[in-house]
Amino acid sequence: MNLSLTDITLTYPDGTGRLTALDQVSLEVPAGTVVAVVGPSGSGKSSLLAVAATLITPDSGSVTVAGRETRTLGPGALAELRRNHIGVVFQQPNLLPSLTAAEQLQVMAHLAGRRPRHARRRALELLDTVGLSQQADRRPHQLSGGQRQRVNIARALMNEPSVLLVDEPTSALDQERGAAVMNLLVNLTHERCTATVVVTHDRSHLRAVDRTAEVHDGRLAELPPPGGLISRRAPTTT
Amino acid sequence: MFVACKDLRFARGRFALMGVVTTLIALLVGLLSGLTAGLGRENTQAITSLPADRLVFAAAPDGESVSFADSRLEKTTLTAWRSAPGVISADPLGIAMTRAEAGAVNRAVAAFGVTPGSPLAPDAKLDSRQAVLSQRAADELRLTVGDTFRLGARQLIVSGIAEGSMFSHTPVVWTSLDVWQPLASPRAVEVGRDDQAGDQATEADDPPVATVIALRVDSSASPDIGAVDRRLGTRTVTVEDSLAAIGSYTAENGSLQLMRGFLFLISALVIGAFFTVWTIQRSTDIAVLKALGASTGYLLRDAVGQAVVLLVLGTGVGTALAALAGVALGDTVPFVLEPATVLFPALTMTALGLLGAVLAVRRVTAVDPLTALGSAR
Repeated sequence: MNLSLTDITLTYPDGTGRLTALDQVSLEVPAGTVVAVVGPSGSGKSSLLAVAATLITPDSGSVTVAGRETRTLGPGALAELRRNHIGVVFQQPNLLPSLTAAEQLQVMAHLAGRRPRHARRRALELLDTVGLSQQADRRPHQLSGGQRQRVNIARALMNEPSVLLVDEPTSALDQERGAAVMNLLVNLTHERCTATVVVTHDRSHLRAVDRTAEVHDGRLAELPPPGGLISRRAPTTT
Repeated sequence: MFVACKDLRFARGRFALMGVVTTLIALLVGLLSGLTAGLGRENTQAITSLPADRLVFAAAPDGESVSFADSRLEKTTLTAWRSAPGVISADPLGIAMTRAEAGAVNRAVAAFGVTPGSPLAPDAKLDSRQAVLSQRAADELRLTVGDTFRLGARQLIVSGIAEGSMFSHTPVVWTSLDVWQPLASPRAVEVGRDDQAGDQATEADDPPVATVIALRVDSSASPDIGAVDRRLGTRTVTVEDSLAAIGSYTAENGSLQLMRGFLFLISALVIGAFFTVWTIQRSTDIAVLKALGASTGYLLRDAVGQAVVLLVLGTGVGTALAALAGVALGDTVPFVLEPATVLFPALTMTALGLLGAVLAVRRVTAVDPLTALGSAR
């Protein structure tokens, strides 16, 4: 299993008490599978993604990425895990303004200590994969919203992650471009055998994914169809 | 340095502006350092070049600092120091600020009275009718060997011209002690319009034999200098420490060093302020990079690398301009162009600027990568 969340509980300070963002959530995502996580704003979707990305340590439960249990890892080891095994596609592209499209990808290889010449070639290949080979030397302000999001996706794939975490990839795009981005994510997941979690509030693209789950008040529930791989350990009502 | 180099190129306007500021501060520091050293040399050159280990002053009353202007030593003191244990040589040195006249030219000079043939005396002949001029004094008075000039009440012949030597911003004229003595006593100068009368008056007033005594000691013999000082009412200091006894040097050097220190401080603060603002502006980028797996160490190296490039280039250009200015100024201003006056300030400024930058970019460690998930760019 490339990504496994088991009995995750996450709370935040809220005045004198604590607000439960995730309540006993479990999720397992094997390689080559796209799981969409839907839910209303504030339901805990982004918290789920942050926990899976090892950006937040949950109050309880375990997170396993590429076979490594993250609870005992220090900040340096977590950074190394994110660098080499987790690809993050942000809601907004979050591209670095000083870098060209190709360099946005090359920086990932640089973080991982890979050879610059090899990194440049791979970056161009990936940009070609997402249909941006002609825009490799353009900076973010020279790209459209859809192109930026595709660079964002390509950047997440640069270090060949086993887990791909995608946060609202279509929120800033129109329907047509949103569908294209979602199809691209699904195709890349199947081609590269990543375990992909796509957090979205847009249910119009769910037909493309393999499985769907819904978060409501911090609890995760599988949505039919297709079902099967999502753990049912979390209760569906509060 | 991957992102750092791209940022330097992308935000070249901001970095160029900061580079110009760094260059100008480095130029100012370089010029001030060269000028400080040059002015210091014009104050102290004649003392620092003395072939002596220590200088003996008349002790100042009530613990005050010794001074060349106030020190007067008698013959008995000189004799006692010559016989003190561990003393290899003790030579009298008289110093008096006076004026020299050569035709229509009248210049302030520092008269250095020495015993002819002593280690303190220049090579050319000295006696009661001859003096040796420093090159600067000769140039200003337009004199050459064999010419005559008037020093106080005496008419003297130039017996030689020595390499440039300055004391308290005035060129040095070496005389014998008997020529110096009337210059050191105002009454002697007053009555000494006639050479013979001057000699008689100073003799009658029991004039000082020297301003200071230049000592060479046998350090292996561990001489108890302090005990001799207490017994004779003198104060002995190293040649280096004796520079504080030149009144103009202490005030002037102190002011210039204070200015230089403030420039170092300003450069550190300016660099620190720039990188504080720059780091705050980049906090979203830093959060994104952290979320993508960049370690804090990587990001700190990246940010400090930017500071190093900025400081090395800015300081390098500024220092090079200061050196060029020093060459261009030549002898018109007292400017010393040496590694100590050019490279040392540049290295100090770079180090302090880097310290300011490091303190500023520390906030990289506080950026939460989680903010990248909710940020928009």
